[in-house]
Amino acid sequence: MIVELGHYALVMALAVALIQSVLPVIGSIRQDAGLMALAPAAAVTSFFLVLLAFIALTVSYVTSDFSVQNVWENSHSLKPMIYKISGVWGNHEGSMLLWILILVFFSALVAFFGGNLPAALKANALAVQAWITAAFLFFVLLTSNPFQRLNPAPIEGRDLNPILQDVGLAIHPPLLYLGYVGFSICFSFAIAALIDGRIDAAWARWVRPWTLAAWTALTAGIAMGSYWAYYELGWGGWWFWDPVENASFMPWLAGTALLHSALVMEKREALKIWTVLLAIITFSLSLLGTFLVRSGVLTSVHAFATDPTRGVFILGILVVFIGGAFSLFALRAQSLKQGGLFAPISREGALVLNNLFLTTATLTVLVGTLYPLVLEAVTGSKISVGPPFFNLTFGPLMVPLLLAVPFGPLLAWKRGDLLAVSQRLYAAAGVSLLTALAVVYFATGAPVLAALGIAMGVWLICGSLTDLAYRAGAGRVDLQVMWQRFKGLPRSAFGTALAHLGLGVSVIGIVAVTAFSTELVTTMKQGGQTVSGPYTLVFEGLRPNTGPNYTELQGRFAVSRDGEQFATVTSAKRIYTARRMPTTEAGILTIGPSQLYVSLGDETPDGGTVVRVWWKPWVTFIWIGTIIMSVGGIVSLFDRRLRVGAPAASRKRAAAAEQAI
Amino acid sequence: MTRKQKRLAVIAGGVGVLGVAVLLVLFALQEQIVYFHSPTDIAEKPVNPGTRIRLGGLVAENSVARGQGTTVEFAVTDTANTVEITYTGILPDLFREGQGVVVEGAFRPDNALFVADTVLAKHDETYMPKEVADSLKKQGVWQGNEE
Repeated sequence: MIVELGHYALVMALAVALIQSVLPVIGSIRQDAGLMALAPAAAVTSFFLVLLAFIALTVSYVTSDFSVQNVWENSHSLKPMIYKISGVWGNHEGSMLLWILILVFFSALVAFFGGNLPAALKANALAVQAWITAAFLFFVLLTSNPFQRLNPAPIEGRDLNPILQDVGLAIHPPLLYLGYVGFSICFSFAIAALIDGRIDAAWARWVRPWTLAAWTALTAGIAMGSYWAYYELGWGGWWFWDPVENASFMPWLAGTALLHSALVMEKREALKIWTVLLAIITFSLSLLGTFLVRSGVLTSVHAFATDPTRGVFILGILVVFIGGAFSLFALRAQSLKQGGLFAPISREGALVLNNLFLTTATLTVLVGTLYPLVLEAVTGSKISVGPPFFNLTFGPLMVPLLLAVPFGPLLAWKRGDLLAVSQRLYAAAGVSLLTALAVVYFATGAPVLAALGIAMGVWLICGSLTDLAYRAGAGRVDLQVMWQRFKGLPRSAFGTALAHLGLGVSVIGIVAVTAFSTELVTTMKQGGQTVSGPYTLVFEGLRPNTGPNYTELQGRFAVSRDGEQFATVTSAKRIYTARRMPTTEAGILTIGPSQLYVSLGDETPDGGTVVRVWWKPWVTFIWIGTIIMSVGGIVSLFDRRLRVGAPAASRKRAAAAEQAI
Repeated sequence: MTRKQKRLAVIAGGVGVLGVAVLLVLFALQEQIVYFHSPTDIAEKPVNPGTRIRLGGLVAENSVARGQGTTVEFAVTDTANTVEITYTGILPDLFREGQGVVVEGAFRPDNALFVADTVLAKHDETYMPKEVADSLKKQGVWQGNEE
């Protein structure tokens, strides 16, 4: 019964979305407040309808209702509860439902928090959201209905792909979608502004918190996905330049650019057309990513089931939305008035530089991702574009960008003084150079590039700290005043500094693990030992073990340093009973910021076991850095200037009023 | 600076960075991409030893032989032709005889042995690498569901 209710709710949501797509736009043209006021009400209604559908599907999973085809295909009665719930989106249909749920969630948020938006902008933006919602609801209802029944109902389900039976599935897709789909708000606002033909700094102020929220979630989502792949797949890698990873990375790069250009627009009314274009591009890349991942044109762990009609349908949505948006942009962009002048050496100039490099980098990733698909379609030859391509194209583009980052926040708006800024950065540059020398000295034989790479990370970290110090008045006032000023700095200043600092931390992790990790593959017998990094591993043998829905062989290793055992690490080969599918559970031992990573292989004829051991120095810095970046995003979100309705001017007035009393 | 000069500076900078990126991409596409071949492609038109390629097909029945230590030898077939592979390392969980795999590596100059440094199998037991499925269809031995 609840299944039919869920299905019905989805159909109702489509009806509501269709109303929301049309009437508010008519209202904004006719200046009809009544019709425009429909938009928020409809947005909230469709959120609750889709939520109902989602709950219905979740209930079917929790109660293991195998009469629902989707549940039968992807669940099992013995599966632990957390995987029953996260399994809801561990398949094509369910993940599309989650996609839509997050889309309407964002629409509802706009309806809820958009009280002080101009009525026409709000109505149009929500209407555009409804176009997207309607398109994807059609997609789900026509090609990917999760509520399909089976008759007769099977007794037992086919279980979830064991690789997905991990807490990562509970976190990674929702976070990723919050980011991915969150950019739809920027898109809708851009389209609404183009329809309206009017755009100003206030527009940027409304769009920025949404961009920031989406960016924060996407940063965390990508990082989570990376760590998940790292420990689950047992290959020891944290980023593969896989097309599916690129699909989420491109919106991140474009979104990062958008975040920075919206800043220029908000503060200086410049870069309007560019910002609108970036908003369109960012969400277009999200749509492209959805197409690449969900259509089955790529072979990957994310392509759950391939069905050509689905691919064509999403491609249709992609063409209509991206094509339509760009056409509208071409028609209307000229009517947007340009603002604010600035010199090349200025905060604006630095942010333009940032945008230039980020969008170019996005383009190289796009080429590398799509080229094989295009080539196969045109000439029929199959190629793979792997890490070497991206290292050669994306890598060099990042170097000047990362070098320039510390300059940006220190430069003044409008016209900056590069020499003065450079002088402020002397200390940061000095520390970075000393780090490079120290790396060469202590890690004997370290490649020069690695030393410079780590120095680059240190440069970013010191640069952010320098920025905060100067904002607090370092060198001009005494420490106590500095501390007072430091505490009074706007949250967005901390946000910027944290995001850039996190980037530096990640860079250090990436460089260190690329340059200094060691890998060895060897056969070990019980009692045998091997050396990895500064540690010695002694194989204690294999031991069978049984889990709720799998059996496994665990291999235990005693880890010691200088002859003193201080830990054990366990890797396992599992067989999941329902699918008879083997997986490898990597054994990971975190020692400080570094990790020892052990993967079990097959048993050899002479009674040994193949073992792969990596020593990954400083690897956790990669993800710690991204966490710091996300925290920066959150801190920035709580800046009071971003809370529309409490702009700086009224705050001053309020303060003045207080004093008067 | 006037608005016009500023615009020129931005455009010049943009074209400069984009130009560098295009050069990098063209160079990388020339040097760093890896072509996919089936065993039949190789029988028809041999690949130069040392050139990195991807090779896909089914793991031939009774071909997997564990050598000393961590080296494994097996053969990849598309039923018409077969290529011998040698690989040192840990095979993917779902590697077994009769399954579709893609290996990446190069032929050794001295003999016809293909030295793989990467072996990719699927993530899921119902999944067949698309390249392998396509080349099996070309050989007329595809047994999976019609896509």
